[in-house]
Amino acid sequence: MAKMKGATVVDTERCKGCNLCVVACPLDVLALTGKEVNRKGYNFAHEVLADTCTGCASCATVCPDGCITVYRLKTE
Amino acid sequence: MTREEIIEKGQVVYKKPALLNDTPMHYCPGCSHGVVHKLVAEVIEEMGMTDKTVAISPVGCAVFAYKYIDVDWQEAAHGRAPALASAVKRLWPDRLVFTYQGDGDLACIGTAETIHALNRAENITIIFINNAIYGMTGGQMAPTTLLGMKTATCPYGREVSLHGYPLKMTEIAATLDGTCYVTRQSVHSVAAINRAKKAIRKAFEYSMQGKGSNLVEIVSTCNSGWKMSPEKANKWMEENMFEFYHLGDLKDTGAVK
Amino acid sequence: MADQEITLMKGNEAIAHAAIRCGCDGYFGYPITPQSEVLETLAEQKPWETTGMVVLQAESEVSSINMVYGGASSGKKVMTSSSSPGVSLMQEGISYMAGAELPALIVNVMRGGPGLGTIQPSQSDYFQACKGGGHGDYHLIVLAPASVQEMADFVDLAFTLAFRYRNPAMILADGAIGQMMEKVVLPPFKPRRTEEEIIKECPWATTGRIGGRKPNIITSLELRSEEMEIINLRIQAKYREIEAKEVRYEEYMLDDADYAIVAFGSAARIAKKSIEIARSQGIKVGLLRPITLWPFPTEEVKSLAGRVNGILSLEINAGQMVEDIRLAVEGKVPVRHFGRLGGIIPDPDEVVEVLKSSF
Repeated sequence: MAKMKGATVVDTERCKGCNLCVVACPLDVLALTGKEVNRKGYNFAHEVLADTCTGCASCATVCPDGCITVYRLKTE
Repeated sequence: MTREEIIEKGQVVYKKPALLNDTPMHYCPGCSHGVVHKLVAEVIEEMGMTDKTVAISPVGCAVFAYKYIDVDWQEAAHGRAPALASAVKRLWPDRLVFTYQGDGDLACIGTAETIHALNRAENITIIFINNAIYGMTGGQMAPTTLLGMKTATCPYGREVSLHGYPLKMTEIAATLDGTCYVTRQSVHSVAAINRAKKAIRKAFEYSMQGKGSNLVEIVSTCNSGWKMSPEKANKWMEENMFEFYHLGDLKDTGAVK
Repeated sequence: MADQEITLMKGNEAIAHAAIRCGCDGYFGYPITPQSEVLETLAEQKPWETTGMVVLQAESEVSSINMVYGGASSGKKVMTSSSSPGVSLMQEGISYMAGAELPALIVNVMRGGPGLGTIQPSQSDYFQACKGGGHGDYHLIVLAPASVQEMADFVDLAFTLAFRYRNPAMILADGAIGQMMEKVVLPPFKPRRTEEEIIKECPWATTGRIGGRKPNIITSLELRSEEMEIINLRIQAKYREIEAKEVRYEEYMLDDADYAIVAFGSAARIAKKSIEIARSQGIKVGLLRPITLWPFPTEEVKSLAGRVNGILSLEINAGQMVEDIRLAVEGKVPVRHFGRLGGIIPDPDEVVEVLKSSF
């Protein structure tokens, strides 16, 4: 059965850690860093369950800063 | 299959529009402005109007909108953006002309300019960010602040006897003969964002087709002004703002003809 | 239509006809006495059907000036007109245009103030026009017509100077010049600039990114103090250049004069009659008429101070230009002011009496 596999690339330096992408992801792929911060001092979004991503792009759509690029590949 | 393989072989299904440049936006984390900026940039790109757009920024949080979306911009005095837009559109009729204004700019100090530009059927679009507060000056009461809502200048909550009622500018706009498309949208979810983008596209297209003035209100959050996390602000907006500011199209005469 | 047309009309009407003829792209205004004929004449002439000029009655002077701000930002030749209380309302927009360095024309057909004042002529907005008017360090180029002919001629001149220096220009007339009818030779027709010409002449303008150039941004905002100071210094340097190059004035019977009157606009006309009367009585008086009120003919007034025994500033106000005269004269000769207020035009005979009693 065809299955969609997705991947997100977060511009971590542009990310302000607002957490909206984390909330928007239906599969809990993303989370904010715990202690690690970017140069501006923000915790930033990163993939924690990369395997489950389907590339639905909800995270990127809601991102107010346009930090997320989403890729998608159909697999058998 | 590894993440790297997906990135290498897969299709890009979402990326920041190129027209939204790489300058980091000054907005607070989670601010609705960023999402609306993206939508505006996407629509201009998709319409192929990058080289024919003249945008007008307001005074308020979006004053620096000109730093982020790579079209020609004029930065207006507080509330006067629709006056600038009226002149530009009449002098350059084939340009895409829109204003981007907040609630204080549009519904308070610029009420006259807004209503008259709309009612003159200027072929422009007004993007109206309504977050019920003055964001840039630090969270004071706006004309759209809800009753009971606390701000820096109504710290005990907005009261009718002291402050009067919140103003529904979009409802007023819908009664004006000069308006073509009047709608109220939000950007708090993927579905809402997709609807808001379609609304902006429709408004821009009507303005280019000379069908009259268009107002797209985006009910928005100001999480720092509201003193909530972005997530909580979205929830608060759903529970409180939408009850007073109903979402959806209020008027659409463009499709009929 | 003949290139040159001699006709009889009001000063306000001459402004409107001259605007159409000089290739003006847009007029945005709001009715106010004593200048409403500008908008009325434009509406009657329908230039949008001939030259393509846009004419729009705005909802207020606040809106008018901001329409001018928008139009000027896009490189178009745009103007507004009003009278004193209306021009007060425009000050915010004028300050923004000075800050954003935009060429535009504002016509003020002055009436007496303060407040709603009177609809009769006055020159009491000299300070407002020449000393900023709105907030911030800025100047307008201010032209003071003394005839209907100059009302017509100064429209093109004001636009020329405004575009040369990317600075708003003002025609500072008064109710008398606006309302009086005189013979006028209308300027020849000049076509409006094409889109290509505007883009070439105004590469800074927000015309849309034609040809894929970088975005143009018109703003008066800069939050970084170091940058804002640089912008201010550049604007000030421009003002010094305007002061050096653009002073305009008229001299009348000054060669043998023992006394001088300095007067602009309507007051200068009265001064000429007063000079005639005074000379018939053996008093040698001449006139220096500043045509540009800013830049003020400081050097000319200074040199006058070395040649005459006294200077009378004749103004239809309580004494405004007299301050600039005194600054130029540096105490070398007595400087007196005479003016009438409330919309009253001074009588030439009373000016002669003032001359006799002043010096």
